[in-house]
Amino acid sequence: MTTQTLAGVVVERDAEGFLIDPSLWTEAMAEAIAREEGITLTERHWEVVRFMRHAYETTGGGPNVRLLAKTSGIPVKELYSLFPKGPAKTAAKIAGIPKPHGCI
Amino acid sequence: MAESITKVSIIVSKGSLEGVYPALIMANGARAEGIEANLFFTFFGLDAIIAKRIEHVKVAAVGNPGLHMASLIGVLPGMSAIATRMLERRMDEKDIPGLPEFIELVADAGCGLYGCRASADLFGFTEADFVPQVKAIITVGELYAMAAGGEIIFT
Repeated sequence: MTTQTLAGVVVERDAEGFLIDPSLWTEAMAEAIAREEGITLTERHWEVVRFMRHAYETTGGGPNVRLLAKTSGIPVKELYSLFPKGPAKTAAKIAGIPKPHGCI
Repeated sequence: MAESITKVSIIVSKGSLEGVYPALIMANGARAEGIEANLFFTFFGLDAIIAKRIEHVKVAAVGNPGLHMASLIGVLPGMSAIATRMLERRMDEKDIPGLPEFIELVADAGCGLYGCRASADLFGFTEADFVPQVKAIITVGELYAMAAGGEIIFT
């Protein structure tokens, strides 16, 4: 676990870079985390990030890739082109929520 | 932290449902983690990517202690179909995709799907027999070239 200042806020992050406290998340922080991942957020990226954030706030966890595609209506192929290093994982990190669980 | 895995090449050699799923789950999981993944189907594993057979891949009813059923019962006609239906119903309840959807999912996730040249020749299959997600039929030499620098997993 590391402590750092992200977009002007002191936050703690786990070994993979996920925020320990999702409530500290801001949209400016999302931009900063995306930059670390080599991603410049477009409106389509934001759609996914906000979807993940909303899923976390309503269900307590972000969906895996298949469920994300099914519930957001954004196809699996497009999700991977937006987030090549794993859509659910990367979008969850950018959205400041815990890493999605589940094997499929 | 230990050095992380960046590429996996998974070989599918079994033609039963329980033989194919672990490989698909591992390939899909690899892609979800941002790991490069390729699936190489060989021998009876080819059934999972043969268009005419993909819907008919079944659970082995004989010689499968995991079913907790006497093999003597497993030999009865239709037992394999019954075991498969039971497992598929359970998977559907748990929202695990069926085989054709799973193959589409891993391909869309950017996993490369390949058939084995020697097996295709042995069984008389050509490119036209495969599901459209299959990129090519390749030789074992091409597999090794593709797998270079990563992990090879045999299932």
